[in-house]
Amino acid sequence: MKIWVPCDAAAVACGADEVAAALASAAGLRGEEVEIVRNGTRGMIWLEPLVEIERDGVRHGFGPMEPEDVPALFEGGDHPKALGPIEEIPFFAKQTRLTFARCGRTDPLSLADYEADEGWQGLKRALELGGAQTIEEVTTSGLRGRGGAGFPTGIKWKTVAGAEAPQKYIVCNADEGDSGSFADRMLMEGDPYCLIEGMAIAGLAVGATKGFIYVRSEYPHAIRTLNAAIKAARAAGIIGDSLMGQGPAFDLEVRVGAGAYICGEETSLLNSLEGKRGMVRAKPPLPALEGAFGKPTVVNNVLSLAAVPWILVHGGAAYAEFGLGRSRGTIPIQIAGNVKHGGLFETGFGMSLGTLVNEIGGGTASGRPFKAVQVGGPLGAYHGPDDFDLPVCYEAFADQGGLVGHAGFVVHDDSADMLALARYAMEFCAIESCGKCTPCRIGAVRGIETLDRVAAGDPAAIELLHELCEVMEKGSLCAMGGFTPYPVRSAIRLFPQEFSLSQEAAE
Amino acid sequence: MTEDDRLAAILADHAGREGALLPILHDVQAAYGCVPADCYQPIADALRLSRAEVAGVVSFYHDFRDAPAGKHVVKLCRAEACQSMGGTEMIARLERALGMKVGETKGDVTLEAVYCLGLCACAPAAMVGDQLVGRATPERIEALVAEVSA
Repeated sequence: MKIWVPCDAAAVACGADEVAAALASAAGLRGEEVEIVRNGTRGMIWLEPLVEIERDGVRHGFGPMEPEDVPALFEGGDHPKALGPIEEIPFFAKQTRLTFARCGRTDPLSLADYEADEGWQGLKRALELGGAQTIEEVTTSGLRGRGGAGFPTGIKWKTVAGAEAPQKYIVCNADEGDSGSFADRMLMEGDPYCLIEGMAIAGLAVGATKGFIYVRSEYPHAIRTLNAAIKAARAAGIIGDSLMGQGPAFDLEVRVGAGAYICGEETSLLNSLEGKRGMVRAKPPLPALEGAFGKPTVVNNVLSLAAVPWILVHGGAAYAEFGLGRSRGTIPIQIAGNVKHGGLFETGFGMSLGTLVNEIGGGTASGRPFKAVQVGGPLGAYHGPDDFDLPVCYEAFADQGGLVGHAGFVVHDDSADMLALARYAMEFCAIESCGKCTPCRIGAVRGIETLDRVAAGDPAAIELLHELCEVMEKGSLCAMGGFTPYPVRSAIRLFPQEFSLSQEAAE
Repeated sequence: MTEDDRLAAILADHAGREGALLPILHDVQAAYGCVPADCYQPIADALRLSRAEVAGVVSFYHDFRDAPAGKHVVKLCRAEACQSMGGTEMIARLERALGMKVGETKGDVTLEAVYCLGLCACAPAAMVGDQLVGRATPERIEALVAEVSA
C-alpha cells in the first residue's frame, strides 16, 4: 500500500509528522507492507494533515487526519475523514495548476518523480532553442513578475541578456514576507526542482552562470529542501559545470536572510546578498544592468521562475491563453486568515474577488459575517463586499487603489478592528523600514502617533493622517513607505465610522 | 576548541566567498548563541571591512542577537492573517499564563514576535524551538513549552 503524507511546513505545523509516525507504527503492528511517501502539499491547507492512499490507480484523500484516525485506515469500510478522489475535491478540481502541477503529487526530492512528470523538459527545450529564442518564448507568454510589481519577465531577461559583462547572476527572491502569502514556500518545499529548472533556464537565456536563492530565515524547511535539491541536481549533472552535460555552466547557492521584511524589495535584497545592511537602492541603475555585486542580474520571484519550465514545454502562446487583459497566465492565489477553505488556488487571472472569498474560500472560518479582505500583503488595501466584482488582475486592483501583489488574500470577519489594523500597518512599517528615506522612516512612526490621536478622539488627526499618507505615498523610495498608506486609507474609506466614533464620543 | 579557534574556523570556511558577511554571522550566532561584539573586529579584518560596517549589519537584522536567547525560543506570529484568527488575543493570554511579555526572557524561555511564518492558512501560527505550530492555542503552546523545558 502506498500512502502519501505531506512534508510541507503547514502540514507539519498541523501534525503531519505525528500522523506519519502513527501510520508507520499501525502498519508495523498489523504486519502490512506500506510505503509512506512524504509529498508536498496539494495546497488544501484546511484539510491538512491530508493523507492520500492509492486505490485502483486513483489517489483518495483523508483529512484533516489525527493520529487516532490512523488505525481505521487499515480496517476497510467508510473512514470518517474520507474525502474521495483527491483531484475531484471541488477546490482542487476548479484550479488550473500549471506552476503547481506537480506540487503535492510527487516526492519533492525524488529526481525520478520529477523526470517522470515533465521534469527538465523545459530546460531541454531551452537548450535546443538557445538564449534569444528562449527569451522570445517567455515574452510571448506575457509572464509578469509574480512578486507583486508585475514587470514583464521577458523584457527584464532581454535587458540582462543584452548587457556585456564577464559575470551575470540570476537571483531568486524567496524572501516571501507578506502575511497571507505562502506560495513560494509551498513550491520550494513541494517542487524544488521546478524552481531550479526555471533558474537554469533563466541563466541559459541571459548568459548567467551563477544563481542565488535568497530565502528568508523564517523558512527553515524550505532552506533544507532547497539545499538537498541543489545537491542532488548537481550530483545528477543537471546543474554545475554544464547544464545537462551539454549546455553552459550554471550553479546555485541558497542564501539565508536574517529577519528583515524589507529584503523582499529587490535592491535591498541585493545589498543583503552582498553582505550589507538591507538598505533600498535608488533606481537607476537598474539591477538588470548593475545588480548583485555590480553585475547584470535577473531578480525574479520564485513563482515567476517556477512558471518558466511550463512555458518552455507548452509554449508561451499556450500560457498566454489563460488570463485577462494584460495579466496573462495563471496566478497562484493564497487564501488565508479567517476563511473556511484556506490554501493555494492556482487559476487564470480574472476570477472575481467575491467568487474567491465566498465560493472558493467558503466564507469565514468563524462563521461570522465577512468584513474585509486584505489583498497583497501588509502593503495591500482592504476590500469590502462592494469590490466583490473586481477581477483578480494587476490593472483592476491598481485602478481601485489596491494591488494584487504576491496574491495573498487575508480574510477578516466582522470582529476585525480596522483602526487597530490600520495602526498595525504603520507599526509594521516602522519596525521594518530600512530607514533610508524620511517619509517611510519618520512617516510610519508619526502614523502610529496620529492613529493613536484618532483613537483618542482628536478631530484634527484624520486630516493630518491623510496628509501624512500622501507624503509617504509620493515621497518614499520604495513600496514599503509608498504602499503602507494603502491599508490605512482603504480601512478609513471602507469603515469611516470606526475612525470617527471615538471623535463623536469625545465631542 | 577555544572561542577564537571557533571564530577562526568559521572565517576560514567562508574565505573567498562572495558577500560572505551574512553567512558568517549566521554561523557565528549558531556557534555562540549570539553575535558577540568581540567578534566584530576579527570578522571585519577577514572581510576587509571596518568594525563599524560589521556592527551596522549586525544591528540592521532582527535575527542577530547581542546576547544569547533563552534555551527555548517561542516565536509568535503577529501578522495580519494570524490577527484575523485571534492571534493577538492568543499572544495576550499566553503572556499572562507565562507571566512574561513578548520580547522578554524568563528562565529558559524567550518569547518573540515574528512577522509571518508562511502558515497563514492555518493561523494563528507559532514556532516553539524548531517545532512549527499551526491552528495554535495558548494551551497547546504552553504544553509544548512545558514539554521542551521539562
